[in-house]
Order: sequence, then structure tokens, then C-alpha cells
Amino acid sequence: MIMAKAKPLEEILSYLEGFQRILVLGCNGCVAVCEAGGLKEAEVLASALRIQNMQAGDRRDIQELSLTRQCDKEYLAELKDKMDNYDAVVSLACGAGVQFMAEMYTEKPIFPGVDTCFIGVTEEQGVWTERCQACGQCILAETGGICPIMRCAKRMMNGPCGGSEKGKCEISVLVGRDVDCGWHLIFERLKKLGQIGRFAEPALDKDWTLSRDGGPRLIIREDVRP
Amino acid sequence: MKETITPSRLEKILAAGHWAVTSECGPPRDGRPEIIEKKADLIGDYVDAINVTDNQTAVVRQCSLAACIRIKLKGLEPVLQMVTRDRNRIALQSDLLGAASYGIHNVLCLTGDHQRFGDHASSTNVFDMDSTRLIQTVKMMRDDGRLLSGHEMHEGRPQMFIGAAENPFADPFEIRVMRLAKKVKAGAQFIQTQCIYNMPKFKLWMKLLRDEGLHEKVAILAGLTPMKNVGMAKYMKNRVPGIDVPDDIIKRLAGVPKEKQADEGIQICLEQIEELKQEEGIRGFHVMAIEWEEKVPEIVERAGLYPRPSVN
Repeated sequence: MIMAKAKPLEEILSYLEGFQRILVLGCNGCVAVCEAGGLKEAEVLASALRIQNMQAGDRRDIQELSLTRQCDKEYLAELKDKMDNYDAVVSLACGAGVQFMAEMYTEKPIFPGVDTCFIGVTEEQGVWTERCQACGQCILAETGGICPIMRCAKRMMNGPCGGSEKGKCEISVLVGRDVDCGWHLIFERLKKLGQIGRFAEPALDKDWTLSRDGGPRLIIREDVRP
Repeated sequence: MKETITPSRLEKILAAGHWAVTSECGPPRDGRPEIIEKKADLIGDYVDAINVTDNQTAVVRQCSLAACIRIKLKGLEPVLQMVTRDRNRIALQSDLLGAASYGIHNVLCLTGDHQRFGDHASSTNVFDMDSTRLIQTVKMMRDDGRLLSGHEMHEGRPQMFIGAAENPFADPFEIRVMRLAKKVKAGAQFIQTQCIYNMPKFKLWMKLLRDEGLHEKVAILAGLTPMKNVGMAKYMKNRVPGIDVPDDIIKRLAGVPKEKQADEGIQICLEQIEELKQEEGIRGFHVMAIEWEEKVPEIVERAGLYPRPSVN
């Protein structure tokens, strides 16, 4: 799932200067699960903006609502009759949702209300961690189900590097918390699976054309197209 | 004398069965030409080859290749250190070709410290490949005359003696010899180790690599960094990832007055060299006197490794 976190109120306010009628638009998809951009968070942000509004003596009109998803046109289209009521939208969807909104409603400024962070999992309530960088060519079968592209700070394919200490990555001291060494995890897991032989062969080059370096990516499935 | 495959002086020294001695110079954080020349002058006669670090600890410095060319033009032998942190496979191969054009015959293939350690912590990293793949790349360019793209070089192949680093003190310990084996399989011909302080652990690593026969396939140069004082020892123990400084080293340095600690650090280094000369598979010494290059001649001399042998 895509994880995001709320932008600081001051940053959002700075975007909204000069706009009178504002829609705070939540998304009930991923960002609702990570409690950054669902209906609840849209309500909280709208309330905060109203309070700020009162304090500043402004007469802005601030509304909120939330769509099932902002990454599907059919849900975005639900706003068609309402958009004339707003001068600007703060979208709490991930970066994809914000952009898709902007593509459909080209006359309206659409501002991001969250920072989109990563593809990850819920460790426990209130704690989310990254698992995947969407590199486009999954190698988890080779690496014991643990991704070196994502879990190793140096994306090493033949790790661990010389900075791995007691199972922790060398960047732990820099980020101020323990970061697991991805290759230590891979090694322990391969041992458990009896697949340590996989480690012996040097890995070949990663094909980054399937990742961030191939330009915007696209999937076409003729079998499911109308 | 074993057969050599490159014009590298370092390779010839090792092939002739001599102890090899290497050291390193860190380029300055500005464009002055004389700094690297002075450092090279200081140690040139006392070592077989001079490593030039590549933006070590991710701090921007004069580029390793330019400094290597400077050393080469002085008639000394550089070891081009290359990290994969800052350059993709296009730039790495390009720099290797540039190095080849100046007759640089040694390369040390490294992944590099994470950029967050350095002075540009918010920069992006590259890591298009890691050290193991860089080793393979140099070997492919040299032996097959091919670039990673498949482009064939009919002339001007890099003639490089290929080195790698290994840290016997990083975790998990049991993977360290396997990882060395992988680097050897990729094409590494010499290894410069992380600086050694924990001798029992280092000897255990040597035993494990001998059990795999790796000492016959790759020349291990023991990495040594003399301690300037007890403060440095504590800093390295607590703050530098992957360095293992046992308490007895710290106690020993702390046990002498401050003005004698540098001498004690040199003494410890010399004792380590003597002990390591007895260790089967150790083929030489890589003396990394960090910002203390002026001590390298003394260490080499007192360790009985001077004068350096001449080879053709």
C-alpha cells in the first residue's frame, strides 16, 4: 500500500493564499489506511483551516469530502457538478491522485496536502515501514523474499557491504535509529530456506529501464480492455 | 616468479614473492595541485603503489582519477580507487578508459560509504552496480576487450591489476569469506583489508579463507592504520562503522602519557606487521596512515620492508 504523511499546516496555508472557496478532498484508498488522507483526515484539516481562518478574520469557504479513490476517473467524475463551487482543491491523495485530479480539472489549482512516502506495510497501529521501490522487475525469488533494492541503503546486489554491524546498516548512526541490514536479513533467511548457494554467484546488472530510468511506466492488458 | 597479466608494478612485486607495501593518499578538498604531489613524494620511495581515495566518507575532494594521473606523471604507481556510489556504469567505464589512456594499472573496486556520512548528505546516490560487479566489469574490459554494452575494443583495453576491499570485522562474520570468494570469482586479484586491530578475529578469517583455498587465488594485503592517540582509538571504536577496536588497544594507549601515545600507536602497528608476517596467506601490507602520511616511511623502514625491491 502507498504510504503518505500530512504536510505541515503552514505549508498548505501558503499554497492557499488568495483563494476563497476551498475543497479539502480526501481519498478512501491507501492514504486512508495510513491515516494521512482519508475522510477523517480531510475533516481534521478542514477544521484546522477554518480555525485559522477565524483567527485571521478571513471569510474563506472551506468544504471537505472524500472520494472512494482519486486514481480512478469514475470517482473523480463525481465532482464534475461541484467543481464550480471551488477556487482551489487540497487533495490528500498520493501524488498519483493529485495529478489525476489536475488532469481532469485542468482549470483548477490542485494542491497536495500530503507527502507521498513509499510502498509499505503497517507494522503496528501508527507505524508504517517501506518494503518495495517498484523497480519493475521483482527479484525476491532470488533473495529469500527480502528485497536488496529496497532494504539495502546502497541497493547492493552482492551485499552486505563492510558497514554492516550486529545486523544493522551503517546509516543507523546517521538517521538516529536502528536500520536493519537488508543483506543480513537475506543471509539469515537464505540459511533458513537452505538456499545459501544462491549467494555464491555474482549478480548481473540490474535493468533500470523497467524502473525510474525508463521514463513514465505503462501497463497495457489487452485481455482486460473493453 | 609467477606469471603476470598486466604491467602493474604491484602485481610484479607480488608475483616475485616479495611482501607488497601500499599506502594511500587522500586528495584535498580544493583544487591545489601540490597537495597530492607532496604526499606522494613523502611516501613514494617506501611503497610499491599509492592508493588514491575516491571521495572517501562521501566528502567532496579532488577526483581520484586526476590525482592518480598526477602521481603517474611523477613516475610513481597509483592505485585508482573507484566507488560505485557516485557514477553509473557509463561514467565508471568512461573513467576506466581514461585511466587506461594514462597507463594506470591498478584499480581498487569499492561500493563506497553512504553519502549521508559526507558533506552532501541530501544528494542522491547512484549504485548502478556494486563493488563485485565493478570487479567483473574491469575484468571484462581487460580480458574480453568488451564494455558492458557489448562494444568491442580492438585496441586500448585497460591493463589493470584488479583489487577489492574486504572487511573481516563486519557482520555477519560467517558471510565474509563467502563474499570474498564471490569477489575472487568476479576477478579480484588482490585484497586490501579494513584496518586490523582485533588480531584473533582477523586470524580466524584468514584460517577460514585458507580452508577455502582463497589465499592461493588472491593476494591479501593486511590493512593497518596506526593510532595517533587514545582519542582516535575511541572514536574509531565507537563512531566508525565496521571497525573493531578491542579494549586492550585502548587500554594500552591510555596507559602511556599523552605525548608518547603516537609512538605507542606506531609500536602497536609494527608489532602487528611482525605478527602478520607469520600468517600464511598474508602477501603484503596496506598502511593507511590517515592524515599522517609522514609516518609511513618510518613504519616501512622499522618493519624491515625498506628498501622496496625493484622489478621490471
